Amino acid sequence: MSRKVPEVPAASLADIAFMLLIFFLVTTTMDVDSGLERRLPQWVEEENEEEIDVKERNIFAVLVNRDNALLVENEYAQIEDLKERAKEFMENPTNDESLPEKEPKDIPFFGEVMVTKGVISLRNDLDTKYGTYIAVQNELVAAINELREELAKEQFGKSYEDLEREEQNAIRKIYPSRISEAEPKKRN
Amino acid sequence: MSKFKKGGKKELPPISTASLPDIVFMLLFFFMVSTTMREVTLNVKVKLPEATELSKLEKKSLVSYIYIGEPLPQYQSKFGVAPRIQLNDQFASVGDISDFIIAEREARDEAERPFMITSLKVDENTKMGIVADVKQELRKAAALHINYSSRKGREE
Repeated sequence: MSRKVPEVPAASLADIAFMLLIFFLVTTTMDVDSGLERRLPQWVEEENEEEIDVKERNIFAVLVNRDNALLVENEYAQIEDLKERAKEFMENPTNDESLPEKEPKDIPFFGEVMVTKGVISLRNDLDTKYGTYIAVQNELVAAINELREELAKEQFGKSYEDLEREEQNAIRKIYPSRISEAEPKKRN
Repeated sequence: MSKFKKGGKKELPPISTASLPDIVFMLLFFFMVSTTMREVTLNVKVKLPEATELSKLEKKSLVSYIYIGEPLPQYQSKFGVAPRIQLNDQFASVGDISDFIIAEREARDEAERPFMITSLKVDENTKMGIVADVKQELRKAAALHINYSSRKGREE
């Protein structure tokens, strides 16, 4: 009556597992997607956007032309210098007349601090290479990130990434990521 | 000198393969867990630009991808060499983007919709004209949170 069930051979188990393993090896892509994160401005229906008056000294104008050359504040510039220029503009350590104004703001953890009113304005041509555009964006984001990092080190003695959310928000208020992108000029 | 040659006739015992399946399974599980399947086949050539200030795309399920680049050689006879947009598995035009975004939005839970990210995978030699058009369409579709996909570049 009680016949023993024959044991299942396990010799082929390795083969089956190998097959699956090879399948996953082939289909795997390990790379994590990463990139520059940005937020686009809200769409406005008509093109009669109200011209917001921003003083000339509060604008850091970066232009990229069709030959991928840079014009920063009406002078030719190299992409390597862009980060330093942008940092200087946003920080304005000496309260220079030509650099952006500051206004006092009440910010948690810091109390009343002078916050810059500077805006970085980026404009590119329709024929600008995407690679150049990203390089410029990268430098501008790097400038703001470095300022935040420096402030975090100075105030909290920690790296910006290790701070609590509220502390990060406070620093973000002092150095907002104000990069405005004008639409490329249409050429006729 | 025959000190070490004891019983030369003894055969080498075969290596036991009993643990082989376990080892292979361990590897298998590792790859199964770390795998992310490619969702689309690329029809365009995309060589991402380099950048240093990267942020990672945390939740894959919230990301929708837009590819822009030159069509691959096998499509060039049909679509030419000018950079094209690819959505899902097909070539698309700028006008299709808003439909694509709406479809992507419909596919997500309502609670997740505000956190959706659009990842732009654009070839570094593309002209900005087409990218600017895409950005305008994204603004119209209110998909404002975007990510310019790029490779990790060297730090200075």
